[in-house]
Amino acid sequence: MNLTLRVWRQKNADTPGKFVEYRANNISPDMSFLEMLDVVNEELIKRGEEQIAFDHDCREGICGSCGLVINGRAHGPLAATTTCQLHMRTFKDGDTIAVEPWRARPFPVIKDLVVDRNAFDRIIQSGGYISVSTGGAPDGNAIPIPKDDADKAMDAAQCIGCGACVAACKNASAMLFVAAKVSHLSLLPQGKIEQDRRVLNMVTRMDEEGFGNCTNIGSCEAVCPKQITLDNIARMNRLYMEALFKGILS
Amino acid sequence: MKIVLDSKIPSGTVATKWTKYRQEMKLVNPANKRKFEIIVVGSGLAGASAAATLGELGYNVKCFCFQDSPRRAHSIAAQGGINAAKNYRNDGDSIYRLFYDTIKGGDFRAREANVHRLAEVSVNIIDQCVAQGVPFAREYGGLLDNRSFGGAQVSRTFYARGQTGQQLLLGAYQALSRQIHDGTVKMFSRTEMLDIVIIDGHAKGIITRDLVTGKTETHSADAVVLATGGYSPVFFLSTNAKGCNVTATFRAFKKGAYFANPCYTQIHPTCIPQSGDHQSKLTLMSESLRNDGRVWVPKKPGDTRHPNDIPENERDYYLERMYPSYGNLAPRDIASRAAKKVCDEGRGIGPNGRGVYLDFSDSIKRLGRDKIEERYGNLFEMYERITGENAYEQPMRIYPAPHYTMGGSWVDYELMSNIPGLFVIGEANFSDHGANRLGASALMQGLADGYFILPQTIAGYFATHRNGRYSSDHPEFRKAHEDVRARINKLLSINGKRTVTEFHRELGKLMWDDVGMARNRAGLQHALQRLPEIREEFWGNVNVLGSGDEFNSALEYAGRVADFLEFAELLAFDALHREESCGGHFREEYQTEDGEALRNDGQFAYVAAWEYKGMDQFPVLHKEPLIYEEVKMTQRSYK
Ligand SMILES: Cc1cc2nc3c(=O)[nH]c(=O)nc-3n(C[C@H](O)[C@H](O)[C@H](O)COP(=O)(O)OP(=O)(O)OC[C@H]3O[C@@H](n4cnc5c(N)ncnc54)[C@H](O)[C@@H]3O)c2cc1C
Ligand code: FES
Repeated sequence: MNLTLRVWRQKNADTPGKFVEYRANNISPDMSFLEMLDVVNEELIKRGEEQIAFDHDCREGICGSCGLVINGRAHGPLAATTTCQLHMRTFKDGDTIAVEPWRARPFPVIKDLVVDRNAFDRIIQSGGYISVSTGGAPDGNAIPIPKDDADKAMDAAQCIGCGACVAACKNASAMLFVAAKVSHLSLLPQGKIEQDRRVLNMVTRMDEEGFGNCTNIGSCEAVCPKQITLDNIARMNRLYMEALFKGILS
Repeated sequence: MKIVLDSKIPSGTVATKWTKYRQEMKLVNPANKRKFEIIVVGSGLAGASAAATLGELGYNVKCFCFQDSPRRAHSIAAQGGINAAKNYRNDGDSIYRLFYDTIKGGDFRAREANVHRLAEVSVNIIDQCVAQGVPFAREYGGLLDNRSFGGAQVSRTFYARGQTGQQLLLGAYQALSRQIHDGTVKMFSRTEMLDIVIIDGHAKGIITRDLVTGKTETHSADAVVLATGGYSPVFFLSTNAKGCNVTATFRAFKKGAYFANPCYTQIHPTCIPQSGDHQSKLTLMSESLRNDGRVWVPKKPGDTRHPNDIPENERDYYLERMYPSYGNLAPRDIASRAAKKVCDEGRGIGPNGRGVYLDFSDSIKRLGRDKIEERYGNLFEMYERITGENAYEQPMRIYPAPHYTMGGSWVDYELMSNIPGLFVIGEANFSDHGANRLGASALMQGLADGYFILPQTIAGYFATHRNGRYSSDHPEFRKAHEDVRARINKLLSINGKRTVTEFHRELGKLMWDDVGMARNRAGLQHALQRLPEIREEFWGNVNVLGSGDEFNSALEYAGRVADFLEFAELLAFDALHREESCGGHFREEYQTEDGEALRNDGQFAYVAAWEYKGMDQFPVLHKEPLIYEEVKMTQRSYK
């Protein structure tokens, strides 16, 4: 198939960017979206033009490196699919495809389609863990956990930290990302112990990083490649209020 | 001069060595720990767990990774699970059995003492991870679930759906994040190590490049830990993440750290076959699928009927036929070679005849589609996404692909290389898997090294070596830094006609054809003759655009491929020297009558540790004899 791409090119954070049009010819429907970009890049290099920069690593939907806004939608048209898992059979011969980076103030562009997502790491550093040091842990079966709780925790823990939720939200809110971690840990007995402190610290950090508020639109859930649900946000809001009250009462 | 490799294995019976070591090891007092700076390169399971634990102990740690976040290390992709000798199933498992299975699985080419220690700490890993909140699969009673994995007859594999590596890595990443928050670990993401600095024979720092600004920098420390993963992408197509590379351990090799057993590479039997020349990587279908899937090909060569139209009696369930007691669960090396054999006979399936079926129809009949969906739903989905085929309705197509590398930097019992102060952990070292790794044991080894072993053994080095840190003005730092810059400038100035990817593909094809699943003298010699030619062309004709002072993925990639091009020669050289077949290293000249690997214990029961002697010279071989005190070496049989 033959396609036209409109790709966001930006030299660095300080230089304004613009869309540039490229042709992608002889693309096989079996190629992944990133393999299609590889083909375009090879041709660019042959012509003496710098390749289009994009983040990627595992190319199987688990590392969370890749992330492109494709035709206005984070990770492209398919539900529950990362950019690297999207295959060209989803598109039609002759299509024009717009390719942009995540756009959100807390994720500044580094180059072309590559953005800086360190704000996510800093949110986890503010409390997204259980404070146990190596050694001295009790036997793994010492505390039985109902299968249902373990499964729900796993549903939330599947977040790959790609940032699509932020990119899709008109407020650039990181609520789904933060709620996934808060839920994962609070659903387990091991994580309940410090849940008040955790939720307060993580939410504060999220605000400090400049992520916007959640206004319950649900675009985040719609684009999440791991299908993290909005219930997690509800759970986090509840835990946050509880923690605030406990703080006021004590 | 004959150098004798001292593996520093403690005395005593194999089961008491680690206890004895810990009783006698030297300690660093808590107040002194913060005076030591440790560089950890890598934030995968091994690196993140080590950096977090060292930080918790009070050391000052600097941790590096090339991805934009430590959470994205290649370990994240591990699917199937992690082994531990918990015997929760009461099915006869024990530390000894895990030890024995791992030694046997490694085809008697691993060090007994290390493997026993690994089996011992395996149980602590599970406890630690549960305490961190890793959501392992559970049974209805609330206890941890287990499954069995290739090469084992007990159920000792713990898992978190098909995302065990992700959950374990996130556990380690969170522990690491806590230390970053507490200030004991300083994290450098998007930073690549390009060289190591050795002063007075000790590892004292590294040279890095900031991948965003392009700035090259020096970092000095009291010790350096490499946790930089494996080198499967030397074959271009592999199941590894695109960024996996050999740069760190190969740079260390060129600075004097021995590289052990580079020819021990693992080809995984269950990957999605290549679909065309555009392919950039191959996707693994977890080995756990072999618990419920049956592998077969048509009995007749060239049978192009739809698999569902081929009647039962015209199918060859060749693993069940050849290995009746292990059947579809035969170890990886064996299952991969069997697949190659049936395809070489013309019985392969799929577009290019390089594929075999993995069929779930019997299990679906027996257990119901729901059960299969619960167990492997995400894998079936992944398969459909890539191939457009529904594996509930027709068998999957699979074929072997490069997956894991058992070889790596030579390390002693303390995980220290022959260069004092340089430690190597995780897939980057050579230590525990011998010539073949069993499923679900890389995660175990990475976390054993990082949480429980290195943080203990590194104290012994600090307690006995107090030669301190050096300023980055030291001539060795300056020289290494200049060399790194010169190399970058050289890559950028060639302005040739071919892209880095073209060279990488060419390298990969040569390695797969001549140094892949089955090797022979002529093929290896051919590779050894071609490699310097490709390398020469690379340095004369590669085209790397852009500058060194900015984000430049082409430049990063060029540096990695340049190292692969040199390293490949060492790999082929090792494969040529090892005139026997063992585990993942199969030399066609050395096989039994029915095509099984034929080891030569009399001549080759040693670890081959190679010393670099300069670009135009052969590396020098140092042998560490493998002495089996506990286990008797036998011919592996899975029949
Ligand atoms: C698809 C797949 C599935 C797997 N499934 C399983 C399984 O089910 N069970 C199992 O036990 N094993 C499995 N494995 C194997 C296992 O995942 C790996 O062996 C293991 O995770 C390696 O961990 P590591 O910490 O040693 O290295 P990695 O996770 O590869 O981490 C390497 C780190 O080093 C950094 N790095 C590398 N080079 C440099 C450099 N020059 N400068 C700076 N940083 C650098 C990287 O950024 C990264 O942080 C699987 C492997 C694959 C490919
Ligand atoms: S490249 Fe890893 S999720 Fe896409």
